Amino acid sequence: MTALLRTEGITKAYGGVQALNGATIAVEEGTVAGLIGPNGSGKTTLFNVITGYERPDAGDVWFGDHAITGYAPDKVFAAGIGRTFQLTRIFPRLTVIENMLVAAQTRDRPKNLLARLGRDAWTHHRRHATELLEFVGIERHAGALAGSLSYGQRKLLELAYVLVADPAVILLDEPAGGVNPTLINLIADRIRQLNEEQGKTFLIVEHNMEFVMGLCSVITVLESGATVVSGPPDIVRTDKRVLDAYLGADLDEDDGPPDDGQHVAGQGQESTR
Amino acid sequence: MSHAAPARRSPAGLAVPGGLGPVPASTAAKGGGLLLLVAAAVAFPQVYSNPAVTQYGVFALIYVTAATGWNIFSGNTGYIALGQAVFYGSGAYALAIAARDWDIQGLAAFALLPLCAAVGALIAVPFGLIALRVRRHTFIVITIAIFFIFQLMAFNFWFTGGSSGQDAPFLNWPAASFNTPFYYIALGCAAGAIAIAWLVRRSRFGLQLRAIRDDEDRARGLGVKAMRVKLAAFVISGAITALIGGVWVYFIGQAEPQTAFNPLFDLTLVLMAFLGGYGSISGPVLGALIIEPLTLWLNTQPEFSGSVSEIMLGGIFLLVVLFLPRGIVPTSGEYLTKIRTRGRPAVNPAAAGVGSAAATSAIPPVSSGGAR
Repeated sequence: MTALLRTEGITKAYGGVQALNGATIAVEEGTVAGLIGPNGSGKTTLFNVITGYERPDAGDVWFGDHAITGYAPDKVFAAGIGRTFQLTRIFPRLTVIENMLVAAQTRDRPKNLLARLGRDAWTHHRRHATELLEFVGIERHAGALAGSLSYGQRKLLELAYVLVADPAVILLDEPAGGVNPTLINLIADRIRQLNEEQGKTFLIVEHNMEFVMGLCSVITVLESGATVVSGPPDIVRTDKRVLDAYLGADLDEDDGPPDDGQHVAGQGQESTR
Repeated sequence: MSHAAPARRSPAGLAVPGGLGPVPASTAAKGGGLLLLVAAAVAFPQVYSNPAVTQYGVFALIYVTAATGWNIFSGNTGYIALGQAVFYGSGAYALAIAARDWDIQGLAAFALLPLCAAVGALIAVPFGLIALRVRRHTFIVITIAIFFIFQLMAFNFWFTGGSSGQDAPFLNWPAASFNTPFYYIALGCAAGAIAIAWLVRRSRFGLQLRAIRDDEDRARGLGVKAMRVKLAAFVISGAITALIGGVWVYFIGQAEPQTAFNPLFDLTLVLMAFLGGYGSISGPVLGALIIEPLTLWLNTQPEFSGSVSEIMLGGIFLLVVLFLPRGIVPTSGEYLTKIRTRGRPAVNPAAAGVGSAAATSAIPPVSSGGAR
């Protein structure tokens, strides 16, 4: 299998702070992948680089066979990568349904100016948007201003409007952060459902380990902007370097290769195979 | 789809702005009111034929058009443009210079108005490409800077007539009915501008503009080509403003650098929009209909003439920003909604949402790929 979304050796520095230092990840098509790491390890920066909000100093982002490094956010989205934000970003002064329709325009664009201005152009978008709102369970607020939604509902709205344009890969930045347990389960169910029924690929940043371990088939661990280890949850959970990264112990350079010969890329490790 | 019908009803107490909501029951009443307004506007110069009064009408309509033009860009995107006089002045000079060079006179000169609009649109492209790269305060400062560049150019270019300005073609119409053609031309421009504003507002283009206003980066992440969309709105706004600048110069007879490229023009537009409620379509119209006649009247009063009226306008601006920050139209709309919904149980969207999230044991089918 070839990875649908890959980054190779991404580096990014803000002044003297090295946010990313050779971050390499690979997300296989049709999987739910996790990206974890301590605070400040560069997870969100990597998301920003992938989705075009930040330009990397070095390294490449690959989407299928195309290098999308340095694409503007709207081009990345049009290519088929949707994302949500750590602190949800919705359009507070638009209604919920209008929020959905903002994302709808990349789908079958109307041919001429008249159609673009006409009300008919909205009808099928509106139907589809309403279906997605039902899917995440906030359809009853369709006419309300998005700014009046609770935090958890905003998360659901953000997930729904990323889905409107039917992206192939969806990046979720802390989908379970600050959300009550019922809603966390709902979000996890929806992710699972999208993955199983439609084969959607996910890359999820999350601090809630229960959520990540239960949902993801592959987990990549970042530390200080570099990939420490990548593998199935059981392997990652017991990997010494991951525990070190989270518990703050020093990374031992003399560590042997990880169990089962898992793919490893990271700083201070020239070649582990 | 059994949920679709209730989903369209908005919870009580929440205003649903914009043209995307369901058609309200009061559409007929609104249409009737609109028809009455149009009839009143058309009849105005027939009823009040005194030139001193119709002159108020012409100027008010010029500002209705300009404020609506400003609103199409700034009201929708939240980018407060303070350089609209660039377009106003350019349109004015375009008409005066074209009429001079091509020797066009009388009613035929009105045929130059599309040219004025084209000049405005053409100037808006490089202006927008420079100014729209930055946001908020920086954007405002750059629009002001570009405005002063244009004023300096009007003073110094070889074809503008320098500081003495450029005369518009002379009209030997009788004084008693001089204003009437201008009134109807300006009324047509105002109606056209309002119609464009309405079309923009209900279109996906307008939705993209308002998404940019709320969170430009997020909008880009959802596939909105922000620069292109902003520039298109800026060009529309520039064309409308330049068009009405052409009407203005023909009406007053002369374009001077200080009057055609007037910093007060920019501030007046913003004051009108803020007073009426910027972002809404009727807000800037209402603001223009209040402010412009008031300014004209103050200038006819000896005790208020000159800079005193300007100081008073500045005072109004302060009062509006302090006490009516969102403008007359949105504030009164909220007030009306409050009165209408009094006594009904309040809907708490947050509480309702938790309930709906918990009650989703029956999972509806996914269909995000269905409509492609």
